[in-house]
Amino acid sequence: MLLTRQDLQNARSHYKSALDFQQKKILVCAGTGCVAGGSLEIYAELVRLIEQNGIACAVSLEKEPHDHSVGVKKSGCHGFCEMGPLVRIEPMGWLYIKVKLEDCAEIISQSIVGDQVVDRLTYRKDGQQYPTQEEIPFYKKQTRLVLEHCGHIDATSLQEYLAIGGYKAFEKALFEMTPDEIVKVIDESNLRGRGGGGYPAGRKWSQVKRQKSEVKFVVCNGDEGDPGAFMDRSVMEGDPHRMLEGMMIAGVACGAAYGYIYVRAEYPLAIQRLETAIAQNRSFGLLGDNILGSGRAFDVKISKGAGAFVCGEGSALTTSIEGKRGMPRVKPPRTVEQGLYGKPTVLNNVETFANVPLIINRGSAWYKSIGPEKSPGTKAFALTGNIENTGLIEVPMGTTLREVIFDIGGGIRGGAEFKAVQIGGPSGGCLTREHLDLPLDFDSLKKAGAMIGSGGLVVMDEHTCMVEVARFFMNFTQNESCGKCVPCREGTKRMLQILERIVAGQGEMADLDMLLELADTISSTALCGLGKTAPLPVVSTIKYFRDEYEAHVREKRCPAKNCQKLKTILIDPALCRGCSKCSRACPVGAISGKIKEPFLIDQAKCIKCGACIDTCPFKAIRED
Amino acid sequence: MNATVDFKEVDEILARYRYSAGSIIAILQDIQAKYRYIPREVFPVLSEKLHISTAKIYSVATFYENFSLHPKGKYVIRVCDGTACHVRKSIPMLERMRKELGLSETKVTTDDLLFTVETVSCLGACGLAPVLTVNDKVYPSMTPDKASELLAKLREEDCDAVN
Repeated sequence: MLLTRQDLQNARSHYKSALDFQQKKILVCAGTGCVAGGSLEIYAELVRLIEQNGIACAVSLEKEPHDHSVGVKKSGCHGFCEMGPLVRIEPMGWLYIKVKLEDCAEIISQSIVGDQVVDRLTYRKDGQQYPTQEEIPFYKKQTRLVLEHCGHIDATSLQEYLAIGGYKAFEKALFEMTPDEIVKVIDESNLRGRGGGGYPAGRKWSQVKRQKSEVKFVVCNGDEGDPGAFMDRSVMEGDPHRMLEGMMIAGVACGAAYGYIYVRAEYPLAIQRLETAIAQNRSFGLLGDNILGSGRAFDVKISKGAGAFVCGEGSALTTSIEGKRGMPRVKPPRTVEQGLYGKPTVLNNVETFANVPLIINRGSAWYKSIGPEKSPGTKAFALTGNIENTGLIEVPMGTTLREVIFDIGGGIRGGAEFKAVQIGGPSGGCLTREHLDLPLDFDSLKKAGAMIGSGGLVVMDEHTCMVEVARFFMNFTQNESCGKCVPCREGTKRMLQILERIVAGQGEMADLDMLLELADTISSTALCGLGKTAPLPVVSTIKYFRDEYEAHVREKRCPAKNCQKLKTILIDPALCRGCSKCSRACPVGAISGKIKEPFLIDQAKCIKCGACIDTCPFKAIRED
Repeated sequence: MNATVDFKEVDEILARYRYSAGSIIAILQDIQAKYRYIPREVFPVLSEKLHISTAKIYSVATFYENFSLHPKGKYVIRVCDGTACHVRKSIPMLERMRKELGLSETKVTTDDLLFTVETVSCLGACGLAPVLTVNDKVYPSMTPDKASELLAKLREEDCDAVN
């Protein structure tokens, strides 16, 4: 139990020296991705092998340190999910990719007992070998600040977080700064909310600080519901203490003694890591009453979501924590005035809070020197879809799309043509080839009709149908609409109906105008952000891919050859042996012919179900 | 076949949350974890002990997608249809499983209560797309064929467990 500031500093130096004793460290990625690939088994095997070899193995910093011991840790997500399971060897910085159980013995004998890199497990690209993580092009172009510890420290250990200087910012905020000074630093740093809106965090904090209420709350939004986004999950899993530290600083600054973290239930590992972190902080006295003798109290609780996208909206989230249906309400009053339980509430997302300790430690001038002035700092993006290197990346704001997709992401999968990138999930828009040199920051994207959103970047190649993508998102928002306000509840339903008609080849040209008119009405009249932004994917795809919509409507043709109902199913007469299997399988009797002669599909009757394709023993039927 | 509800267990759950009505979501989550769905029989009990109306509890239980008022299968398979999985073709694998199990969008659980197949908007494992989870274990980079193999394996596992 740490009772004073001195205790905290002593603990930090104690754990630092324990960590320094570990001459070599093995970091096994234990993010959701690598765990699915079997990284926990690899971890257990490595520990077993080290002990078998008679090497002192340190799995935690609790034990008395030994000289020459080897630290084995479960780290957070390294980000290079495509190449998992990942194992990093320190201090050399070697990164082993796609590690299997059988590889463990070689890793131990070569790299731990010996000092050799295991060549065959390192990353290779275009004939070149990259033994260290930092050299790999995927990492080289990144600036990892928020994610700096992800993959480099044990994600389940407060001791390690302390050993690398953890809770220094909290200590500074608690003992060296007044609440006004903290708010001022955050305000000057121009830190903008990473959850999508980009509202300045400092302004929010000062508004909460001004409120006269005795009870205030700090709430962290970990309800990362955008399909295609997993930045916050990785921070919660990989560096939970960093985010907690940010919340604790917000508590000091705004005079709040309670915090809530709202995490979606789809992230069981994140919940588990946060629970561990909170329990550690309580037992060390970093959470609770009279923290480090400062007289201040702060405690944090986790609130598990139950599967409602709309709960990512501020007022819906706080109502959900209260145990009600998570539906947004009319504003004002805003969350800063009347949020959780009607009290003033600081509500920021995971990445925003994770930025806070950095700014307090290094100052606002330093922070502003990264990225453009109006939206400084870095942004984490989840790079997914038809891209070579999927994974989690972090770049300075203002980095261009081209650098992200081609330099870091390694270009399009299988050498296909780049078509578009969907940014900001169901509330965002599409960007096309003409935007490749657009800097990624809050304001430039807004101008281009998209938004940064939480940071999901889904890359699409030439085989993706943009009308179908718009339908997909509309289907998502329509499902997730809470039903409280009419524009969103009814409007998204009508838009979805029209889009379904178009992809089925039953659209009319008037539908396009109707879509845009509905979009305009919904955007200006819906109650919350979900509704207001719901039409964006449709509007932006019509804007940039109108020709595709027109091909669906006028020619009943899908240029990407993706829409099932617009496909033509053909029998190749050269391959057909006339066995009649297909005509018997056809549910609508569209196939006819003479036995032992090529059969024919009546296109007018065909419903494109594809049942015939599966039954043909000669693979003579294909879609076109 | 509905599970018989052990009201003593329900009461233990309620006690853990100090009978606080504000914890209703967490309480329902714990009940669901126990029975794999929320049996309707618990509603009057919750209403009495938490001093909130059955309608209020019902409104919460039906609002959130994770709650089910119908029994679920032993293996709950959740196919991710988030954007990343969608563009990497998650639907063909979903359709294959539905076809093999005789399920559809409206009928999600097999009659023998072995499998439930549902979609989920994003599991946040986009780097491994397309993915599915079976009772929270993540299966990466799935294809229709791999999905069929998985079903066969789960069936075998179930047989082994019974014998």
